[in-house]
Amino acid sequence: MPKKRLIAVLIVRDGKVVQSIRFKHTNVIHSNPVHAIEAFNKWAVDEIVVLNVSRQPDASGHFAEVVSRVSRHCFVPLSVGGWIIDSSIAARLLRSGADKLVLNTAFQDDHDLVHVLSRRYGRQCIVCSMDVKRNAEGETEVMVDRGRRATGKSPLEWLRHTEELGAGEILFNSIDNDGARKGYDLDTLELLCAKSNVPVIAFGGVQTWHHLMQGINAGADAVAAANIFHYTEQATRKAKSYLADHGVDVRVEGRSLV
Amino acid sequence: MVSVVDYGIGNLGSVLNALTEIGEDASLATTPAEIGAAGKILLPGVGAFSEAIENLRHTGLADALAEHVDRGRPLLGICLGMQLICRQSAEDGQHEGLGFVDAQVLRLPSGPNHKVPHMGWSTLELARDSAIARGLQSGSDVYFVHSYYVECNDPSDVIARCMHGISFCAIVGHENVYGLQFHPEKSQEIGLSILKNFADL
Repeated sequence: MPKKRLIAVLIVRDGKVVQSIRFKHTNVIHSNPVHAIEAFNKWAVDEIVVLNVSRQPDASGHFAEVVSRVSRHCFVPLSVGGWIIDSSIAARLLRSGADKLVLNTAFQDDHDLVHVLSRRYGRQCIVCSMDVKRNAEGETEVMVDRGRRATGKSPLEWLRHTEELGAGEILFNSIDNDGARKGYDLDTLELLCAKSNVPVIAFGGVQTWHHLMQGINAGADAVAAANIFHYTEQATRKAKSYLADHGVDVRVEGRSLV
Repeated sequence: MVSVVDYGIGNLGSVLNALTEIGEDASLATTPAEIGAAGKILLPGVGAFSEAIENLRHTGLADALAEHVDRGRPLLGICLGMQLICRQSAEDGQHEGLGFVDAQVLRLPSGPNHKVPHMGWSTLELARDSAIARGLQSGSDVYFVHSYYVECNDPSDVIARCMHGISFCAIVGHENVYGLQFHPEKSQEIGLSILKNFADL
């Protein structure tokens, strides 16, 4: 069994790293994403996810340029997503140094695109970003289109659907928990982890290292956070030590050989 | 100077970034002539074995790589590149490989605790000393993404092993030919150090 992974997520709007609170993005944390990568203390993190939450599609290739700059400093797997609306954008992001593609709305609106990308680049290249929200009836429902559109589907229905279309991994996030600092949506997470045939990444709501631990205990293969990593010195290294100290099988930092 | 074989398999950016990071000059080799002129060759690869080997054959790159190896010059295969340098692969039927290493490529068995593809950070166990593994210690974690593995007919070709359901060869070495099943360009310091070892051969 591979090690449990610690993942840092960069939420990028118009080329700048922003804070995310219930999918609203206001505060700019870093004007240059490369500085954020460096601030993440890159030797401790196991993987990096960069999500483009700009309001407009990336017609000019500006986000691909960000990916390209980030990838030059990133020697762990790099997943990128946001506005992957056709296969040429996907190809451009991979050429810019991305290793995996994060898809969300395409799982609702463009099944062909998911299918084509999964076949062309392999299932391991396709990450399904699953955003859930509790609706008026108190049921947890999957949302797409940056959290604005309800699918009417439950997380387990969505899991089956996305695995069938070719998802190789699930990046699970709860809009209610995002930026709320109370930890992951553990009930839904546990349900997904029990049923998923592909790795599940827990995301959304981390305020303490204990929250990461809760994600692991719920069965997640990887635990992710965004905001918290920007505001603590040596954050990812401390998070990693915490997990290791609590008996989680994490990657030990490599000693330099040369 | 390391020449990276470009045979239309897409993203070479990560490998080139990693070579730049360790201060090594890197160039792309797309023609047999460029391979003929190369000192050290890095053969990357993702995707299907049959398509990749077909590509290498019809472009004449396979013959050029064989000449390179015959001249005793170093070659390093990464991920699918490591599988391509073997005798044969069982991925979607039986396919002949480049045959630089006496080994075959087999499907990883899957199980509840060892899903296939094997994706993520797993631990290396060193089997023997080698210039490519200089400074490397057992217990180091590197990043894997693969569904097939290399089984060597000569156990002395195995430099390091990894466990995922079964124990498989993670670093292979035969004379001047080497292979890494993991992605050194995505394995942080450990991976960069192994690339540096290759560049310094």
